[in-house]
Amino acid sequence: MDDTTRLTSEQSIKLFIQRDYSEGTAVKFQERFPSELEGKIDRGKFIDIIRHINSIFEEAEALSCKTFTENCCACLTGYLLLLCMPTHYEKCVKRAARYISEENERTLNPKGIFMLDPMEKGLRCIEVCITNNRR
Amino acid sequence: MSQYVESRHRVFCYGRCITGQNHSIFCLALLLITVTSSLFFVFDCPYLTKELSPLIPVFAAILFLSVICCILRTACTDPGILPRATPDELLYLERTDNTQTVALSGRIMELQMRSGHVLQLKFCQTCRLFRPPRVSHCSLCNACIANFDHHCPWVGNCVGLRNYRYFYLFLFSLSLLCTYIFVFNIVNIVLRSQNNSTVADAIRETPATMAEALICFFSIWSIIGLWSYHTYLICRSVTTNEDIKDTWATPHRGGNQINPFSRGNGLVNCFATLCGPLPPSFLNLRAIVKQENSIPMTVTGTNNNNNNTSDGIVRYFPEENGNYSNQVGNTSGIHSTQQQRYLPRDYA
Repeated sequence: MDDTTRLTSEQSIKLFIQRDYSEGTAVKFQERFPSELEGKIDRGKFIDIIRHINSIFEEAEALSCKTFTENCCACLTGYLLLLCMPTHYEKCVKRAARYISEENERTLNPKGIFMLDPMEKGLRCIEVCITNNRR
Repeated sequence: MSQYVESRHRVFCYGRCITGQNHSIFCLALLLITVTSSLFFVFDCPYLTKELSPLIPVFAAILFLSVICCILRTACTDPGILPRATPDELLYLERTDNTQTVALSGRIMELQMRSGHVLQLKFCQTCRLFRPPRVSHCSLCNACIANFDHHCPWVGNCVGLRNYRYFYLFLFSLSLLCTYIFVFNIVNIVLRSQNNSTVADAIRETPATMAEALICFFSIWSIIGLWSYHTYLICRSVTTNEDIKDTWATPHRGGNQINPFSRGNGLVNCFATLCGPLPPSFLNLRAIVKQENSIPMTVTGTNNNNNNTSDGIVRYFPEENGNYSNQVGNTSGIHSTQQQRYLPRDYA
Protein backbone atom coordinates (compact mmCIF):
# COMPACT_ATOMS: atom_id res chain seq x y z
CA MET A 1 0.00 0.00 0.00
CA ASP A 2 2.83 2.37 0.84
CA ASP A 3 4.74 1.70 -2.37
CA THR A 4 2.03 3.09 -4.60
CA THR A 5 2.14 6.54 -3.09
CA ARG A 6 5.81 6.84 -3.93
CA LEU A 7 5.24 6.35 -7.63
CA THR A 8 5.87 9.46 -9.63
CA SER A 9 3.02 10.65 -11.73
CA GLU A 10 4.57 9.89 -15.07
CA GLN A 11 3.98 6.26 -14.28
CA SER A 12 0.59 6.42 -12.59
CA ILE A 13 -2.84 7.91 -12.87
CA LYS A 14 -5.00 8.33 -9.81
CA LEU A 15 -8.75 8.28 -10.00
CA PHE A 16 -11.31 8.64 -7.27
CA ILE A 17 -14.63 6.85 -7.10
CA GLN A 18 -16.81 9.30 -5.18
CA ARG A 19 -19.65 8.60 -2.79
CA ASP A 20 -23.18 8.14 -4.05
CA TYR A 21 -25.45 10.27 -1.85
CA SER A 22 -28.60 9.75 -3.89
CA GLU A 23 -30.04 7.44 -1.25
CA GLY A 24 -29.00 9.46 1.76
CA THR A 25 -25.95 9.70 3.94
CA ALA A 26 -25.39 5.93 4.05
CA VAL A 27 -21.97 4.81 2.85
CA LYS A 28 -22.31 3.89 -0.80
CA PHE A 29 -19.87 4.44 -3.62
CA GLN A 30 -20.83 5.28 -7.17
CA GLU A 31 -21.12 2.06 -9.14
CA ARG A 32 -19.62 3.45 -12.30
CA PHE A 33 -16.82 2.41 -14.57
CA PRO A 34 -14.27 5.19 -15.06
CA SER A 35 -13.19 5.48 -18.65
CA GLU A 36 -9.51 5.48 -17.69
CA LEU A 37 -9.91 1.80 -16.89
CA GLU A 38 -11.16 0.94 -20.39
CA GLY A 39 -9.24 -1.98 -21.75
CA LYS A 40 -7.46 -2.68 -18.47
CA ILE A 41 -10.15 -4.58 -16.70
CA ASP A 42 -13.55 -6.04 -17.45
CA ARG A 43 -16.30 -3.50 -16.75
CA GLY A 44 -18.60 -5.94 -15.04
CA LYS A 45 -15.85 -7.23 -12.79
CA PHE A 46 -14.88 -3.78 -11.56
CA ILE A 47 -18.46 -2.76 -10.87
CA ASP A 48 -18.93 -6.06 -9.04
CA ILE A 49 -16.06 -5.20 -6.71
CA ILE A 50 -17.60 -1.80 -5.96
CA ARG A 51 -20.98 -3.45 -5.46
CA HIS A 52 -19.52 -5.91 -2.99
CA ILE A 53 -17.86 -3.11 -1.03
CA ASN A 54 -21.21 -1.28 -0.98
CA SER A 55 -22.96 -4.36 0.33
CA ILE A 56 -20.46 -4.71 3.19
CA PHE A 57 -21.05 -1.12 4.24
CA GLU A 58 -24.78 -1.52 3.87
CA GLU A 59 -24.60 -4.38 6.32
CA ALA A 60 -22.48 -2.25 8.64
CA GLU A 61 -25.05 0.53 8.69
CA ALA A 62 -28.17 -1.60 8.91
CA LEU A 63 -30.44 -1.02 11.90
CA SER A 64 -30.73 -4.43 13.46
CA CYS A 65 -31.41 -6.01 16.83
CA LYS A 66 -27.74 -6.87 17.05
CA THR A 67 -26.73 -3.19 16.79
CA PHE A 68 -29.41 -2.22 19.26
CA THR A 69 -28.27 -4.81 21.81
CA GLU A 70 -24.65 -3.87 21.32
CA ASN A 71 -25.34 -0.19 21.89
CA CYS A 72 -27.61 -0.78 24.88
CA CYS A 73 -25.02 -2.97 26.56
CA ALA A 74 -22.33 -0.43 25.81
CA CYS A 75 -24.48 2.29 27.35
CA LEU A 76 -25.18 0.27 30.48
CA THR A 77 -21.47 -0.33 31.07
CA GLY A 78 -20.76 3.37 30.72
CA TYR A 79 -19.31 2.80 27.26
CA LEU A 80 -16.41 0.89 28.76
CA LEU A 81 -17.49 -2.09 26.66
CA LEU A 82 -16.41 -0.17 23.56
CA LEU A 83 -12.86 -0.13 24.86
CA CYS A 84 -12.80 -3.91 25.05
CA MET A 85 -14.42 -5.13 21.89
CA PRO A 86 -14.75 -3.80 18.34
CA THR A 87 -18.22 -2.77 17.20
CA HIS A 88 -20.12 -4.41 14.36
CA TYR A 89 -19.30 -1.43 12.14
CA GLU A 90 -15.59 -1.73 12.86
CA LYS A 91 -15.69 -5.42 12.03
CA CYS A 92 -17.39 -4.65 8.71
CA VAL A 93 -14.82 -1.98 7.92
CA LYS A 94 -12.05 -4.50 8.59
CA ARG A 95 -13.83 -6.99 6.37
CA ALA A 96 -14.03 -4.45 3.56
CA ALA A 97 -10.32 -3.70 3.90
CA ARG A 98 -9.54 -7.42 3.76
CA TYR A 99 -11.74 -7.89 0.72
CA ILE A 100 -10.06 -4.99 -1.09
CA SER A 101 -6.57 -6.31 -0.38
CA GLU A 102 -7.63 -9.78 -1.60
CA GLU A 103 -9.08 -8.33 -4.78
CA ASN A 104 -5.92 -6.29 -5.24
CA GLU A 105 -3.77 -9.40 -5.07
CA ARG A 106 -6.10 -11.55 -7.10
CA THR A 107 -7.50 -9.41 -9.88
CA LEU A 108 -6.34 -5.83 -9.88
CA ASN A 109 -2.58 -5.79 -9.31
CA PRO A 110 -1.80 -8.18 -12.17
CA LYS A 111 -3.51 -5.64 -14.45
CA GLY A 112 -1.57 -2.71 -13.02
CA ILE A 113 -4.41 -1.36 -10.94
CA PHE A 114 -4.29 -0.66 -7.23
CA MET A 115 -7.34 0.11 -5.11
CA LEU A 116 -6.93 1.90 -1.80
CA ASP A 117 -9.06 1.22 1.28
CA PRO A 118 -11.68 4.04 1.42
CA MET A 119 -11.21 4.27 5.19
CA GLU A 120 -7.83 5.85 4.51
CA LYS A 121 -9.70 8.72 2.89
CA GLY A 122 -12.31 8.96 5.62
CA LEU A 123 -14.88 7.02 3.57
CA ARG A 124 -15.09 9.90 1.11
CA CYS A 125 -13.90 8.11 -1.97
CA ILE A 126 -12.13 5.00 -3.25
CA GLU A 127 -8.74 5.87 -4.68
CA VAL A 128 -7.66 3.77 -7.65
CA CYS A 129 -4.12 4.00 -8.98
CA ILE A 130 -3.28 2.81 -12.46
CA THR A 131 0.33 2.20 -13.31
CA ASN A 132 1.41 2.76 -16.86
CA ASN A 133 4.43 0.53 -16.68
CA ARG A 134 4.88 -1.45 -19.84
CA ARG A 135 6.70 -4.67 -19.17
CA MET B 1 5.03 9.76 17.77
CA SER B 2 3.87 12.99 16.18
CA GLN B 3 0.30 13.72 15.26
CA TYR B 4 -0.73 16.03 12.47
CA VAL B 5 -4.30 17.27 12.40
CA GLU B 6 -5.08 20.09 10.06
CA SER B 7 -8.08 21.47 11.95
CA ARG B 8 -7.98 23.32 15.26
CA HIS B 9 -8.55 20.18 17.26
CA ARG B 10 -6.22 18.97 19.94
CA VAL B 11 -5.19 15.37 20.19
CA PHE B 12 -4.32 13.61 23.43
CA CYS B 13 -3.37 10.16 24.63
CA TYR B 14 -1.60 9.18 21.41
CA GLY B 15 -4.67 9.67 19.27
CA ARG B 16 -7.24 8.19 21.58
CA CYS B 17 -8.84 11.55 22.48
CA ILE B 18 -9.61 14.52 20.30
CA THR B 19 -11.11 17.70 21.66
CA GLY B 20 -11.82 21.20 20.44
CA GLN B 21 -9.49 24.09 20.88
CA ASN B 22 -10.92 26.13 23.74
CA HIS B 23 -11.37 24.29 27.00
CA SER B 24 -12.13 27.07 29.47
CA ILE B 25 -15.93 26.78 29.44
CA PHE B 26 -15.66 23.00 29.52
CA CYS B 27 -13.52 23.22 32.66
CA LEU B 28 -16.05 25.60 34.15
CA ALA B 29 -18.87 23.15 33.45
CA LEU B 30 -16.91 20.28 35.01
CA LEU B 31 -16.09 22.42 38.02
CA LEU B 32 -19.68 23.46 38.53
CA ILE B 33 -20.95 19.89 38.34
CA THR B 34 -18.22 18.52 40.60
CA VAL B 35 -18.52 21.29 43.20
CA THR B 36 -22.32 21.08 43.42
CA SER B 37 -22.23 17.30 43.69
CA SER B 38 -19.45 17.36 46.27
CA LEU B 39 -21.37 19.83 48.40
CA PHE B 40 -24.37 17.52 48.17
CA PHE B 41 -22.38 14.48 49.24
CA VAL B 42 -20.63 16.28 52.07
CA PHE B 43 -23.41 18.37 53.56
CA ASP B 44 -26.71 16.77 52.63
CA CYS B 45 -26.07 13.07 52.34
CA PRO B 46 -25.05 12.30 55.94
CA TYR B 47 -28.25 13.85 57.31
CA LEU B 48 -30.46 12.32 54.62
CA THR B 49 -28.89 8.89 55.04
CA LYS B 50 -29.63 9.05 58.74
CA GLU B 51 -33.15 10.36 58.36
CA LEU B 52 -34.34 8.60 55.23
CA SER B 53 -32.28 5.97 53.47
CA PRO B 54 -28.69 5.05 52.60
CA LEU B 55 -29.77 4.59 48.99
CA ILE B 56 -29.94 8.33 48.43
CA PRO B 57 -26.18 8.89 48.09
CA VAL B 58 -25.89 5.67 46.09
CA PHE B 59 -28.25 6.89 43.37
CA ALA B 60 -26.63 10.32 43.48
CA ALA B 61 -23.23 8.72 42.96
CA ILE B 62 -24.51 6.69 40.00
CA LEU B 63 -26.01 9.80 38.41
CA PHE B 64 -22.87 11.84 39.05
CA LEU B 65 -20.65 9.17 37.51
CA SER B 66 -22.84 8.89 34.42
CA VAL B 67 -22.80 12.67 33.97
CA ILE B 68 -19.02 12.75 34.17
CA CYS B 69 -18.72 9.74 31.88
CA CYS B 70 -21.02 11.27 29.26
CA ILE B 71 -19.47 14.71 29.30
CA LEU B 72 -15.97 13.29 28.97
CA ARG B 73 -17.11 10.97 26.22
CA THR B 74 -18.75 13.85 24.34
CA ALA B 75 -15.75 16.09 24.79
CA CYS B 76 -13.12 13.55 23.82
CA THR B 77 -14.80 11.75 20.92
CA ASP B 78 -14.16 12.70 17.33
CA PRO B 79 -17.52 14.20 16.28
CA GLY B 80 -17.10 13.02 12.69
CA ILE B 81 -14.35 15.21 11.32
CA LEU B 82 -13.92 14.71 7.59
CA PRO B 83 -10.27 14.54 6.57
CA ARG B 84 -9.31 17.15 4.03
CA ALA B 85 -8.99 16.25 0.39
CA THR B 86 -5.54 15.60 -1.02
CA PRO B 87 -4.29 17.67 -3.97
CA ASP B 88 -4.67 14.58 -6.17
CA GLU B 89 -8.38 14.49 -5.44
CA LEU B 90 -8.70 18.18 -6.20
CA LEU B 91 -6.93 17.74 -9.50
CA TYR B 92 -9.21 14.88 -10.40
CA LEU B 93 -12.28 16.92 -9.46
CA GLU B 94 -11.14 19.79 -11.64
CA ARG B 95 -10.40 17.50 -14.56
CA THR B 96 -13.63 15.61 -14.47
CA ASP B 97 -15.97 18.55 -14.01
CA ASN B 98 -17.67 19.62 -17.18
CA THR B 99 -17.55 23.32 -16.58
CA GLN B 100 -14.15 24.91 -16.56
CA THR B 101 -15.27 28.49 -16.48
CA VAL B 102 -15.94 28.74 -12.75
CA ALA B 103 -13.30 28.04 -10.15
CA LEU B 104 -13.90 25.06 -7.93
CA SER B 105 -14.66 27.22 -4.91
CA GLY B 106 -17.61 28.87 -6.58
CA ARG B 107 -19.19 25.68 -7.77
CA ILE B 108 -22.29 24.01 -6.44
CA MET B 109 -22.97 20.35 -7.06
CA GLU B 110 -26.62 19.49 -7.43
CA LEU B 111 -27.58 16.13 -6.09
CA GLN B 112 -30.78 14.48 -7.18
CA MET B 113 -31.90 12.03 -4.54
CA ARG B 114 -34.06 9.05 -5.28
CA SER B 115 -36.70 10.45 -2.93
CA GLY B 116 -37.12 13.40 -5.26
CA HIS B 117 -35.23 15.97 -3.24
CA VAL B 118 -32.62 18.10 -4.93
CA LEU B 119 -29.78 19.04 -2.61
CA GLN B 120 -27.10 21.57 -3.30
CA LEU B 121 -23.63 20.59 -2.19
CA LYS B 122 -21.29 23.51 -1.73
CA PHE B 123 -17.54 23.41 -2.09
CA CYS B 124 -15.66 23.91 1.17
CA GLN B 125 -12.59 25.99 0.49
CA THR B 126 -10.81 25.04 3.70
CA CYS B 127 -11.37 21.31 3.48
CA ARG B 128 -11.22 21.27 -0.33
CA LEU B 129 -14.20 19.03 -0.85
CA PHE B 130 -17.82 19.22 -1.87
CA ARG B 131 -19.66 19.02 1.42
CA PRO B 132 -21.76 15.85 1.55
CA PRO B 133 -25.38 16.13 2.72
CA ARG B 134 -25.76 17.13 6.39
CA VAL B 135 -22.10 18.05 6.65
CA SER B 136 -21.26 21.53 7.82
CA HIS B 137 -18.04 23.39 8.40
CA CYS B 138 -17.39 24.52 11.95
CA SER B 139 -15.42 27.75 11.89
CA LEU B 140 -14.36 27.36 15.52
CA CYS B 141 -12.84 23.96 14.93
CA ASN B 142 -11.97 24.71 11.31
CA ALA B 143 -13.15 21.36 10.00
CA CYS B 144 -16.12 19.86 8.19
CA ILE B 145 -18.13 17.70 10.58
CA ALA B 146 -20.49 14.90 9.51
CA ASN B 147 -24.12 15.38 10.65
CA PHE B 148 -23.06 18.66 12.23
CA ASP B 149 -25.39 19.60 15.06
CA HIS B 150 -23.71 22.55 16.77
CA HIS B 151 -20.49 23.56 18.47
CA CYS B 152 -21.03 23.22 22.19
CA PRO B 153 -18.73 25.41 24.31
CA TRP B 154 -19.82 23.53 27.46
CA VAL B 155 -18.15 20.38 26.19
CA GLY B 156 -15.44 22.19 24.30
CA ASN B 157 -16.10 20.25 21.11
CA CYS B 158 -18.48 20.05 18.17
CA VAL B 159 -21.49 17.79 18.44
CA GLY B 160 -21.80 15.70 15.31
CA LEU B 161 -22.43 12.23 14.01
CA ARG B 162 -20.21 10.30 16.38
CA ASN B 163 -20.84 12.02 19.69
CA TYR B 164 -24.45 13.16 19.45
CA ARG B 165 -25.78 10.27 21.50
CA TYR B 166 -23.25 10.92 24.27
CA PHE B 167 -24.26 14.57 24.26
CA TYR B 168 -27.92 13.63 24.52
CA LEU B 169 -27.22 11.19 27.36
CA PHE B 170 -25.16 13.88 29.08
CA LEU B 171 -28.13 16.27 28.93
CA PHE B 172 -30.46 13.54 30.16
CA SER B 173 -28.30 12.46 33.08
CA LEU B 174 -27.50 16.05 34.01
CA SER B 175 -31.24 16.88 34.07
CA LEU B 176 -31.79 13.92 36.36
CA LEU B 177 -28.85 14.86 38.60
CA CYS B 178 -29.96 18.50 38.84
CA THR B 179 -33.53 17.54 39.65
CA TYR B 180 -32.37 14.91 42.15
CA ILE B 181 -30.08 17.31 44.01
CA PHE B 182 -32.69 20.05 43.99
CA VAL B 183 -35.43 17.79 45.30
CA PHE B 184 -33.28 16.41 48.11
CA ASN B 185 -32.10 19.89 49.02
CA ILE B 186 -35.72 20.86 49.56
CA VAL B 187 -36.35 17.63 51.48
CA ASN B 188 -33.31 18.35 53.64
CA ILE B 189 -34.50 21.85 54.51
CA VAL B 190 -38.02 20.64 55.17
CA LEU B 191 -36.86 17.82 57.45
CA ARG B 192 -34.55 20.09 59.39
CA SER B 193 -37.22 22.74 59.80
CA GLN B 194 -39.57 20.11 61.16
CA ASN B 195 -37.00 19.00 63.71
CA ASN B 196 -36.04 22.52 64.67
CA SER B 197 -38.63 25.21 64.53
CA THR B 198 -38.16 27.51 61.58
CA VAL B 199 -36.99 27.28 58.04
CA ALA B 200 -34.52 30.09 58.65
CA ASP B 201 -32.83 28.05 61.38
CA ALA B 202 -32.63 25.06 59.09
CA ILE B 203 -31.01 27.13 56.38
CA ARG B 204 -28.52 28.55 58.86
CA GLU B 205 -27.57 25.01 59.79
CA THR B 206 -26.74 24.01 56.22
CA PRO B 207 -25.90 27.05 54.10
CA ALA B 208 -24.37 24.76 51.49
CA THR B 209 -27.78 23.30 50.79
CA MET B 210 -29.13 26.70 49.81
CA ALA B 211 -26.16 27.32 47.55
CA GLU B 212 -26.71 24.00 45.78
CA ALA B 213 -30.43 24.64 45.51
CA LEU B 214 -29.82 28.00 43.90
CA ILE B 215 -27.33 26.60 41.39
CA CYS B 216 -29.66 23.75 40.52
CA PHE B 217 -32.70 25.98 40.27
CA PHE B 218 -31.08 28.30 37.78
CA SER B 219 -29.54 25.52 35.71
CA ILE B 220 -32.56 23.23 35.62
CA TRP B 221 -34.57 25.37 33.23
CA SER B 222 -31.91 25.56 30.55
CA ILE B 223 -30.78 21.94 30.94
CA ILE B 224 -34.25 20.43 30.85
CA GLY B 225 -35.22 22.85 28.09
CA LEU B 226 -32.22 21.83 26.02
CA TRP B 227 -32.87 18.15 26.65
CA SER B 228 -36.51 18.48 25.55
CA TYR B 229 -35.46 20.41 22.46
CA HIS B 230 -33.01 17.68 21.48
CA THR B 231 -35.61 14.97 22.14
CA TYR B 232 -37.89 16.81 19.73
CA LEU B 233 -35.09 17.10 17.16
CA ILE B 234 -34.21 13.42 17.46
CA CYS B 235 -37.82 12.37 16.86
CA ARG B 236 -37.86 14.44 13.68
CA SER B 237 -34.31 13.40 12.71
CA VAL B 238 -33.24 17.01 12.26
CA THR B 239 -30.00 18.51 13.46
CA THR B 240 -29.83 21.82 15.37
CA ASN B 241 -28.04 23.31 12.38
CA GLU B 242 -30.85 22.30 10.01
CA ASP B 243 -33.49 23.49 12.47
CA ILE B 244 -31.89 26.91 12.82
CA LYS B 245 -31.53 27.26 9.07
CA ASP B 246 -35.03 25.83 8.53
CA THR B 247 -33.65 23.51 5.87
CA TRP B 248 -36.63 21.24 5.64
CA ALA B 249 -39.34 23.83 5.97
CA THR B 250 -38.97 25.75 2.75
CA PRO B 251 -39.87 23.95 -0.46
CA HIS B 252 -37.00 23.25 -2.83
CA ARG B 253 -37.68 23.18 -6.50
CA GLY B 254 -38.56 19.72 -7.57
CA GLY B 255 -38.75 18.30 -4.08
CA ASN B 256 -41.22 18.11 -1.25
CA GLN B 257 -40.89 19.52 2.22
CA ILE B 258 -40.38 16.32 4.14
CA ASN B 259 -36.96 15.66 5.56
CA PRO B 260 -35.41 12.94 3.36
CA PHE B 261 -33.33 11.64 6.25
CA SER B 262 -36.28 10.95 8.50
CA ARG B 263 -37.44 7.37 8.64
CA GLY B 264 -41.04 8.48 9.00
CA ASN B 265 -41.61 7.24 12.52
CA GLY B 266 -40.47 9.20 15.61
CA LEU B 267 -39.55 6.07 17.53
CA VAL B 268 -37.51 4.63 14.68
CA ASN B 269 -35.71 7.96 14.37
CA CYS B 270 -34.86 7.87 18.09
CA PHE B 271 -33.66 4.32 17.81
CA ALA B 272 -31.53 5.11 14.78
CA THR B 273 -29.92 8.17 16.35
CA LEU B 274 -29.29 6.79 19.81
CA CYS B 275 -28.69 3.10 19.20
CA GLY B 276 -27.74 3.01 15.55
CA PRO B 277 -24.37 1.90 14.22
CA LEU B 278 -21.48 4.34 14.45
CA PRO B 279 -18.54 4.46 12.06
CA PRO B 280 -15.05 4.56 13.53
CA SER B 281 -13.20 7.86 13.38
CA PHE B 282 -12.49 9.02 9.83
CA LEU B 283 -9.16 10.37 10.97
CA ASN B 284 -6.37 7.91 11.41
CA LEU B 285 -5.06 9.65 14.49
CA ARG B 286 -2.67 6.95 15.53
CA ALA B 287 -0.70 6.82 12.32
CA ILE B 288 2.55 8.55 11.59
CA VAL B 289 2.29 11.11 8.85
CA LYS B 290 5.33 12.02 6.84
CA GLN B 291 5.06 14.82 4.32
CA GLU B 292 7.31 14.68 1.35
CA ASN B 293 8.38 17.79 -0.52
CA SER B 294 5.90 19.23 -2.93
CA ILE B 295 6.44 19.49 -6.66
CA PRO B 296 4.96 22.50 -8.45
CA MET B 297 1.81 21.66 -10.32
CA THR B 298 1.41 22.04 -14.06
CA VAL B 299 -1.57 20.82 -16.01
CA THR B 300 -1.17 19.97 -19.64
CA GLY B 301 -3.63 18.49 -22.02
CA THR B 302 -6.75 20.07 -23.33
CA ASN B 303 -10.15 19.60 -21.81
CA ASN B 304 -12.76 18.99 -24.41
CA ASN B 305 -15.79 20.64 -23.02
CA ASN B 306 -19.02 19.56 -24.53
CA ASN B 307 -22.51 20.40 -23.39
CA ASN B 308 -23.41 21.90 -20.13
CA THR B 309 -24.00 25.23 -18.67
CA SER B 310 -21.47 27.74 -17.61
CA ASP B 311 -23.34 28.75 -14.50
CA GLY B 312 -21.00 26.83 -12.26
CA ILE B 313 -23.44 24.09 -11.38
CA VAL B 314 -22.37 20.50 -11.81
CA ARG B 315 -25.30 18.17 -12.04
CA TYR B 316 -24.99 14.65 -10.80
CA PHE B 317 -27.78 12.16 -11.28
CA PRO B 318 -27.68 8.51 -10.30
CA GLU B 319 -27.12 6.72 -13.55
CA GLU B 320 -28.67 3.42 -14.53
CA ASN B 321 -25.94 2.13 -16.77
CA GLY B 322 -23.12 3.21 -14.51
CA ASN B 323 -21.31 4.77 -17.39
CA TYR B 324 -19.34 7.91 -16.83
CA SER B 325 -17.88 9.99 -19.57
CA ASN B 326 -14.58 11.66 -18.94
CA GLN B 327 -13.98 14.88 -20.77
CA VAL B 328 -10.27 15.11 -20.18
CA GLY B 329 -7.61 14.92 -22.86
CA ASN B 330 -4.26 13.47 -21.99
CA THR B 331 -3.15 13.22 -18.43
CA SER B 332 0.50 12.67 -18.90
CA GLY B 333 1.65 16.06 -17.79
CA ILE B 334 -0.01 16.23 -14.42
CA HIS B 335 2.23 16.31 -11.37
CA SER B 336 1.05 15.78 -7.85
CA THR B 337 1.79 18.55 -5.42
CA GLN B 338 2.06 16.69 -2.19
CA GLN B 339 2.31 13.11 -1.09
CA GLN B 340 1.46 12.00 2.41
CA ARG B 341 2.50 8.66 3.70
CA TYR B 342 0.28 6.87 6.20
CA LEU B 343 0.88 3.69 8.08
CA PRO B 344 -1.67 0.99 7.37
CA ARG B 345 -4.67 1.71 9.54
CA ASP B 346 -4.70 0.00 12.91
CA TYR B 347 -8.21 -1.25 13.48
CA ALA B 348 -7.60 -2.55 16.98
